[in-house]
Amino acid sequence: MSDTIKKPIELVINRVKVTAVVEPRTHLADFLREQQLLCGTNIGCEQGVCGACTLLVDGVPTRSCITPAIACAGAQVQSIEGFDEDPLMAQLRSAFSAEHALQCGYCTPGMLMTARDIVSRLPDADDARVRLELSGNLCRCTGYVGLVRAIRRVLDARRGVVQQTDAVSV
Amino acid sequence: MKAARFDYFKPADRAEAVRLVAASDGMGKFVSGNQSLGPMMNLRLAQPELLVDVRGIASLRECRHEHDSFVIGAGITHAEIEDRRIEDVTQGLLPFVAAGIAYRAVRNRGTVGGSLAHADPAADWINVMRLLDAQYLVSGPAGERVIASDAWMAGAFTTALEPDELLTAVRIRRLAPTARWSYYKFNRKPGEFAEAIGAFYDDAVSGVCRAVIGAIDAPPFLIANASALLERDDPALLAQHLEHAGLEPGSYSYQVHRVALERAAHMAREHRRTPQ
Repeated sequence: MSDTIKKPIELVINRVKVTAVVEPRTHLADFLREQQLLCGTNIGCEQGVCGACTLLVDGVPTRSCITPAIACAGAQVQSIEGFDEDPLMAQLRSAFSAEHALQCGYCTPGMLMTARDIVSRLPDADDARVRLELSGNLCRCTGYVGLVRAIRRVLDARRGVVQQTDAVSV
Repeated sequence: MKAARFDYFKPADRAEAVRLVAASDGMGKFVSGNQSLGPMMNLRLAQPELLVDVRGIASLRECRHEHDSFVIGAGITHAEIEDRRIEDVTQGLLPFVAAGIAYRAVRNRGTVGGSLAHADPAADWINVMRLLDAQYLVSGPAGERVIASDAWMAGAFTTALEPDELLTAVRIRRLAPTARWSYYKFNRKPGEFAEAIGAFYDDAVSGVCRAVIGAIDAPPFLIANASALLERDDPALLAQHLEHAGLEPGSYSYQVHRVALERAAHMAREHRRTPQ
């Protein structure tokens, strides 16, 4: 068993179809960073706790450090590089900047993924719920106050938009 | 750290999956979401030579009614239960518990079957299934069998599964609308593994009143008749159960388990369910 095991996979990364050969032991974060040269996904704890490597697989937040790349064959992967055209992510990026929701930036890609999940899945979340949902993403620069405010800002803005749209359609 | 080398297959057929693991000389493991096994492999606490991914097996995602019971496929994720994308037959207990498992990104991939087969005493489903007296449906080279909830877990991270047997589903009884339940876990941080779990399930109509002391370094400790605990605050009775569960009076672990059991009893008494 000294030979390296390598297997072909096909998947979609940021809307681009990719064919590659991977070792089964290679997790998705390493595959993206080292084989696809997409270094926006950061690796922290490599045991699924810190949230830095969170990205979307088939549309839902996933820990890329405990998800083998080979288990993503046939899947749609969206890393932080794949959100340039995403209006919600643009809104979140502005809010992160306005509310100083980052310092060193290491947790930011994962935070943005989780933040996007919170505002799209839980439009009525209060601050306590936002904090609870953020418990799976660690920030070591004391950024949680800013993070909660940034997410609050986007939640409120989206609520406003929805109300306006309703008012117009009535 | 990175996982040690392993080979990987993702068969679409249950018999093929069992055959692959059976042929691996005990070095193969079934995997689904990889949310428990993955961290252990990255830390090199587990070094299987073969992973057989069962997410391609459609039957593991089937849920069905059977007489007074409901069968939940092992491949159902925590998030699917949290979001009630599968029917809830437990008056809200399962969705409540699911929402408290780790973090959303983990719940999106982690499965009921994976968690139960992993059998971490501090995990949620292993304790809930003991509380509900679930049956475990298992498939192996010799065919299928059913394992009762009291026989499922032999110890921490050890189940009644043979190395080449696959957990395919769990069967639970439907809870009556009259049933009340509570589930309290103590963690220092939301989403981490519990330091203590207390849970009650009481149905006056069927005469069932059970409680579980969980997150001990052993299988969940079942209190088969918990009605006295529910009826009144009785520190002596509480102490008796905690000591039977192997907890040492005065220790930190004893204290947090006492609090968890007390709070769970209060919540069940008040019929308080989800705080949402």
